[in-house]
Amino acid sequence: MTPVAWIRLLVITVAIGALEGACRFGLIDRRVMVPPSDMVASLAAILRSGSINGDIVQTLGVIAAAAALAVVLGFALGLFVHALPRLRAGLDPLFATYYAVPIFIFYPVLIAIFGLSLVPILLIGVATALVAMIIATLNGLDRVPPVLSKVARVHRMGTVATALRLQLPAAAPYLFTGVKLSVSYAFIAVIASEFILAPSGLGRDIADAYADFNNSRMYALMLFLLITATFVNMALHAWDLRWAARRGREPS
Amino acid sequence: MSGENGAIHAQLKGVTRVYPAAAGHSPVHALGPVDLDLRMGEFFSVVGPSGCGKSTLLEILAGLQRPTQGTVTFEGRPVLGDVPDGLGVVFQEDASFPWLNVWDNVAFGLRRAGVSAAEVRRRVEDAVVFLGLRDFARAYPPQLSGGMRQRVCIARTLVLQPRLILLDEPFGALDAQTRLLMGEEVLRLWRSTGATVLLITHALDEAAMLSDRVGAMSARPGRFLDIIATGWMRERDSTIVREPAFAEITGRLWENLRGESMKALGHSGGIAAQ
Repeated sequence: MTPVAWIRLLVITVAIGALEGACRFGLIDRRVMVPPSDMVASLAAILRSGSINGDIVQTLGVIAAAAALAVVLGFALGLFVHALPRLRAGLDPLFATYYAVPIFIFYPVLIAIFGLSLVPILLIGVATALVAMIIATLNGLDRVPPVLSKVARVHRMGTVATALRLQLPAAAPYLFTGVKLSVSYAFIAVIASEFILAPSGLGRDIADAYADFNNSRMYALMLFLLITATFVNMALHAWDLRWAARRGREPS
Repeated sequence: MSGENGAIHAQLKGVTRVYPAAAGHSPVHALGPVDLDLRMGEFFSVVGPSGCGKSTLLEILAGLQRPTQGTVTFEGRPVLGDVPDGLGVVFQEDASFPWLNVWDNVAFGLRRAGVSAAEVRRRVEDAVVFLGLRDFARAYPPQLSGGMRQRVCIARTLVLQPRLILLDEPFGALDAQTRLLMGEEVLRLWRSTGATVLLITHALDEAAMLSDRVGAMSARPGRFLDIIATGWMRERDSTIVREPAFAEITGRLWENLRGESMKALGHSGGIAAQ
């Protein structure tokens, strides 16, 4: 492990230790927060019982579907918008201000249209993650060397082959930033939607535990989500590092 | 000498290129009218001042741009805005694919063309050996020098066995010594493939050393001021720079181009004549 990694580990350990101590010695009221060791024990018990297996599969499944849809649609829309400079000039201000608008306010509208099901959650996840991918695609395509278009013509490649075989891999480092953001946004949007109103899911479980003053369960589930999100992020980062090293560039 | 009495391989007749006016600007007459007969199997170089339309000429011949006026033919067939079969282009910019290793870069076009795996292996192996890339076959372009990356692009063109190879200042970004050595490699490639080669270059010495004929172009709009037959034997290398004829050819090219280069730089004729 590098010295930086040791420092990072030390900071996290000290922070968790301080929290543990503060909870154990009454500096933080147990009605507000339970000690981290209790969170871990409670999470282990919940996982052993298998009571949230269905919710884990559902929530992570919706997050994966939302992120995948956002990435595929975002890339396709990015390609389309990039090919039409006038359309892009019109849309650029909308993209720039998209995340300044609380698109979450449309969640009740989606529930009214599609009912209390997974569909509104999925759509909010896609809507939250989509524009990050479009912006990353536009950014990436802007940086594709123009000579590659000529190479594509020399090899008599059509529009789709050029997009998939040359533009996509050439823009990939920038697209990867979009993928990472899309996954993060999908995570946030799906959990938040479930928390507000949903028939089931981890977000709903956390909301129920909160309503029941079941702090131990609530924090255990939050810990599970934190660990999962961190693991996904680390996996994407490791992939990016490996890829960047091969292509001789800084990771995105 | 090669190519001098050969059949016409590619031809430009009365070719001009005018770029339409951009907002607030006049149309740009970049090229022509230009007439050029490229003979089967010859090595032809084009030299001229910056911005004289050399690359435009190459792109029109390659089918990457349409001429505003005039006709282009390759092997007797008109070139109508698509790159014809049998034609390969190496660009000045690094056009290697950083996401593929050297082997896969070189094999790219063959795989696209649906060539059998065994044939791909044979041709790529030959090309990487020919261009000294064998030890780097599994390396990725960012791990290579600029000269090596350009060799990868040449190999990618070579494996497709083009009958006409267009080189657009492929050594422009390289140092003088590497350029000389790369020039020798291109000569070797030209001799072994028997292809016709059109080289666009800024370097008069490079053009004089490599070519059977050199066309000197005027400042924009580019036209041929002079076409010089070098008279070199087909078996030649960079040692011909010691020949008196080499200095004569280079001198004649410079005579043609000095005033044009001044024009391109925006100097007056008076200064050019000094």
